[in-house]
Amino acid sequence: MVWGCRPILLEFSQRWGNNLSYGTEKEARAWLSAEPQANALRLVLSGDWVTSEAPELDAALRGVKADKAQTIAFDGSKLTSLDSVGAWLLLRSRKELIESGHTVDAFVLPPAFAPLLETLERSEQASKVRRRPPPPKRNYVEAMGKGVIDGLHVGYSVFAFLGRVTVETMEAVVRPWKELPWPAFIKQIEETGLNALPIVGLLSFLIGVVIAYQGADQLARFGAQVFTINLLGASILREIGVLMTAIIIAGRSGSAFAAQIGTMQVNEEIDAMQTIGLNIVETLVLPRVLGLLVTLPLLTLYADFMGIMGGAMMCYLDLGYTFPVFFRQLDSAITLNTFLVGMIKAPVFAFLIALVGCLEGLRVERNAASVGRQTTRAVVEGIFLVIVFDAAFSILFSVLGI
Amino acid sequence: MPHGSDQKLAIRVRGLVNRFGTFTVHDHLDLDVRRGEVLGIVGGSGTGKSVLLRSIIGLHKPDEGFIEVLGHDTSGMDEKEMRTIQSRWGVLFQEGALFSSQTIAENIEVPLRQYTKMSPHLMDEVAAMKLILVGLPLDTAMKTPSELSGGMKKRAGLARALALDPELLFLDEPTAGLDPISASQFDQLITDLQRSLNLTVFMVTHDLDTLRATCDRIAVLVDKTIKIGTIEELLKDPHPWIQDYFAGPRGRAALQRS
Repeated sequence: MVWGCRPILLEFSQRWGNNLSYGTEKEARAWLSAEPQANALRLVLSGDWVTSEAPELDAALRGVKADKAQTIAFDGSKLTSLDSVGAWLLLRSRKELIESGHTVDAFVLPPAFAPLLETLERSEQASKVRRRPPPPKRNYVEAMGKGVIDGLHVGYSVFAFLGRVTVETMEAVVRPWKELPWPAFIKQIEETGLNALPIVGLLSFLIGVVIAYQGADQLARFGAQVFTINLLGASILREIGVLMTAIIIAGRSGSAFAAQIGTMQVNEEIDAMQTIGLNIVETLVLPRVLGLLVTLPLLTLYADFMGIMGGAMMCYLDLGYTFPVFFRQLDSAITLNTFLVGMIKAPVFAFLIALVGCLEGLRVERNAASVGRQTTRAVVEGIFLVIVFDAAFSILFSVLGI
Repeated sequence: MPHGSDQKLAIRVRGLVNRFGTFTVHDHLDLDVRRGEVLGIVGGSGTGKSVLLRSIIGLHKPDEGFIEVLGHDTSGMDEKEMRTIQSRWGVLFQEGALFSSQTIAENIEVPLRQYTKMSPHLMDEVAAMKLILVGLPLDTAMKTPSELSGGMKKRAGLARALALDPELLFLDEPTAGLDPISASQFDQLITDLQRSLNLTVFMVTHDLDTLRATCDRIAVLVDKTIKIGTIEELLKDPHPWIQDYFAGPRGRAALQRS
């Protein structure tokens, strides 16, 4: 009697005594049928015992219950094909049956499959298949302690890097003809400064437009629309100009630094530089830090100008103030200090962005996922630090009364 | 079955032309790979060994010509047919090309997950079996590729290539960068697996010892086309490059050992 279903598991043990075969009638390519005899069990294998049939065959072999039978025979003489997974399944169940105290008195396979079986048996002796170990249980106290220690290590390495970069930067500033790699420095100025002009200019202009429009809308309720210009001048020059530029550059150049240096880390280029005796900080970090120290203040100046121009255009369109009117009012609204308060922050932000970008790049491990992770961190940490330091500056200036 | 296909051939290439700009790499190249044989591809730098391999496995679209793999024309295939044929071959790239974010076991399970419906537990067991099959210790299963040496990476890459028990195995410089002991172990491994799994092997290599130890026939890329034969047949070929290759000092040394 042939009896098929899919999947088949436990019915076999319940219907002990029947001849059962496993697999579906329609699409199955491999079959296992168990023929119980007195004190013996004959397992007849037929069809294609190949990888694609493995889930069903695995279940069928696991479903074989041979408690009452003492000797077991494997008859595979009708097998049409057998691959490594099929053969391994057979060897596995033979081994398990022997381990549970049964005798396997026959293991017949077509001679064509002998080399495969031999290879598998030989390697099988080397070690035995084990299950994947369960994931270790999380100990929260331990995890917390580990987190703190890791955090301290990172903090230490950040300070060490900061110190080293500061020393090298100072040396380069004091003796630029000797310490500074000029070609790389100029290239960084082009990449981080010149090439960023369109995006920084456009976004600053639009921010100027937005501030002017919102200011005019609100201040007109008090008839004080002329103070839109004061609002615009103070906010762009003191805060928005430099903050917007720093955030754009953190996204644009901080990520580029991390990805460039990180990819060099993956390609072992950093290792090669070290063995040649190049100073990593001097060749890779310094041009980027100094380049950004030059370009970010210049970009801020440009962003201030574009923001004011955007505001001036909106004031003309919305409130009808011509340019001479606009600039006369602007002149009375702001002092040189307003502009300097914004500009003084630019080099600090530049240093932070470049430092974080390079540091995260150097912390990349040798795999593809790590480059992406550290690049993301470079941007996130860069923007975070820029905003934190901006707030710190605000507090400082308010204490100083500027 | 497409026109004129031959059941005894695993790969049939006809009139293959590959150009890069004005530079022609292959000029109407013909190649037959028989089922069950180990074919070695040799040739100087820039003769297009890798381009030939990439053309056959569909990573490079040839400018002209017809390529048939396991009886199927690969040029006009849709996505689904390509997937079916891809499950019947395995490729070992030069550096192993293991997925760096996954463990070795997960690497081997990628094709299993893609093409079969195995349970996670069964996949773990099969992955372990494949590791043992290529001669790696079981504890490599939980390691990541960056923790393995070059030779172990190649073995792990081979285990992934063999995950689905393919009929056809492509090897790109399998022994490059291995020490002589590992290289000859790898040769032995390929011979064993080829015999026991009844594989057809298409191997790009520079290693004369590998050619002698494993290959049934050798295809030499010269003059933008191919000369094919056993080592003995090729030794009689008067072409200067082939003479330099097999009868040069290294060639003679490798052949004498046989």
